[in-house]
Amino acid sequence: MSPDDRLVELRGGALAFRVLAAGRGHPVVYFHSVYEPQGWPALLDHLADRYAVTMPVHPGAGGSAGVETLDDVLDLALAYEELLDALGITRAHLVGHFFGGMVAAELAALFPERVARLVLVAPLGLWRDDAPSADILTLPPEDLIQMLWHDPESAAARQWAAQPADEAQKVAAQIESIARRAAMARFVWPIPDKGLRKRLHRIEAPTLLLWGDGDQVNPVIYVEEWQRRIKGAAVKLLRGGHMLVHESPDAAAAAVKEFLA
Amino acid sequence: MKICFFHLMPYRFLPEDFEHRYRSVWVDVPHSLYDPEKTSGLYHEFLDELEYADQVGFDGVCVNEHHNNAYGLMPSPNLMAASLARRTSRAALVVLGNSLAAYNPPLRVAEEFAMLDVLSRGRLVAGFPVGTSMDMNFAYGINPATLRERYYEAHDLVMQAWTRPEVFAFNGKYTQVRYVNIWPQPLQKPHPPVWIPGGGSVETWEWTARLDYVYCNLSYYGYKRGKATLDGFWDTVARVGADDNPYRAGFLQLVCVADTDAEAERLYSSHVHYFYQKCLNVWEGFAEAPGYRTLKTLEAGIRPQVGAQARQIRQSLNWTKYVDSGYVIAGSPATVRQQLAECIRTLRVGHLMVLLQIGSMPKDLALHNTGLFAREVMPHVRELWPGYKNRWWPSGAPTPGAP
Repeated sequence: MSPDDRLVELRGGALAFRVLAAGRGHPVVYFHSVYEPQGWPALLDHLADRYAVTMPVHPGAGGSAGVETLDDVLDLALAYEELLDALGITRAHLVGHFFGGMVAAELAALFPERVARLVLVAPLGLWRDDAPSADILTLPPEDLIQMLWHDPESAAARQWAAQPADEAQKVAAQIESIARRAAMARFVWPIPDKGLRKRLHRIEAPTLLLWGDGDQVNPVIYVEEWQRRIKGAAVKLLRGGHMLVHESPDAAAAAVKEFLA
Repeated sequence: MKICFFHLMPYRFLPEDFEHRYRSVWVDVPHSLYDPEKTSGLYHEFLDELEYADQVGFDGVCVNEHHNNAYGLMPSPNLMAASLARRTSRAALVVLGNSLAAYNPPLRVAEEFAMLDVLSRGRLVAGFPVGTSMDMNFAYGINPATLRERYYEAHDLVMQAWTRPEVFAFNGKYTQVRYVNIWPQPLQKPHPPVWIPGGGSVETWEWTARLDYVYCNLSYYGYKRGKATLDGFWDTVARVGADDNPYRAGFLQLVCVADTDAEAERLYSSHVHYFYQKCLNVWEGFAEAPGYRTLKTLEAGIRPQVGAQARQIRQSLNWTKYVDSGYVIAGSPATVRQQLAECIRTLRVGHLMVLLQIGSMPKDLALHNTGLFAREVMPHVRELWPGYKNRWWPSGAPTPGAP
């Protein structure tokens, strides 16, 4: 599926979100994470057959700009809320993976009236000294692929890791990767505990915590932390690693659809 | 020409197989490898070496700041400079420097540098590095995205604290102080000379040139590789319309002097190897936090001094390569004189910093190297750059020949 692809400017052009969208139905907004496959994720293809799915690209990554005007997660959440206004989305289901899960949770806590249902896939944003989430923003590529993917040899993993053959394109891809990680590091460096735990009790939307049972980046033990803070949150563990939604998009989409239905 | 003696204060007792067993000398190097008893001795050795440099006529002595680092046992260079202020009498105290963004409030730097300047009767050079990613982002947890902005703001606060005549309020993004009014104020007026150590980021060249400070390239890879960085700086100087006074620039060069070229290899080879193989063994994940370098610098293609690429280059090195590549200028006094003059001329630097205690070099050998350099090399390069005025030298440090 080739999604609608446009640029939405906010604040007189100080912020520009690249917004991908496809499908019809009740709105679903998907917040991506640090490491994503190129383009429109297969997961969203599945969701778009029943929902109007929107994926804003995080400022500083792949075509969105203005991240330097945002100082912290609160600034970021406010920017996303303004984006929802600009897109005419008053209320939506939010789905977010890891860093994107943190953004979705922030929005659901700050603006409970805007969120119908909330799906957090291995969300970032809490911290346990005894089980720190991995420092994946700085990991060398060969270690990263092992840590992210349940099966680093899978076609999806290999495609994700592939480098362009052309030298200039390769350098451009590396710079894009650094820019992308820098744009997220800004909000979570050096430890991603930025106050969410004080706000999670405000979430009103029914919430699903979806996790790969073999997640090496964000250990499954964090399910307890989230469940304790979001009353009544449902939990679904699927076989998989940190890149669950990209490695098993069918199973992940089925779990999300079941919860949203 | 000003020639300064630079010390990193490396831990000399890392295990033989360090670089194979441990991934990094910096950030997460286990402190079980560190022996405080031995380090007591080391600090006294290092200070003896710095004091000796003053005695044998170096124009300045340089100390710097590193954290979580087994080759830089100097998280606080100001403590060392304070000791040197009392035990030296002529040399400039070149503190290269205090990483401004790490101090909260940065007024602490304004105060301590002012203390050092007053204590040393005006011999301080105030160095303000942004700080490496290892030090700032990993060891001190400072956000790479805002490090530079913090640094610039801290710089503005320090300079205002030194130069504004009145008590003032500072409303910064990172520091808010209602009553800025530091005591003591520096002795040098309007303020101690400012030198900016840099690894080659495009923004630092521009900023340094515009503010009329000295740019110091603290490279471990010698003058042949340093040329690209200094060329970049000089191009920037020309572009902003400043003059080409060589005293605008400084460079750090590793040097080993002996009676003959062969003797240099025999005396120093193992210590130089210790430095490149152990002291520069930095895990690539720590080489650079995302956002530490700006997109502009990334696009300019300047690589960090540590990390995967640096590691590959490093592991293939031996004495011949260290010397041939110019990482180390080593050999007889005649050899060193000739190459050092080439270094100074090709890079166009008025401030040369030399590293003469290298890696695991013990005190007697470091003093031997320092003494030979002072006697046999220094007088021959001192007269380079006649006719240029050094506007970046501390007013309390005497020039050669003066009483």
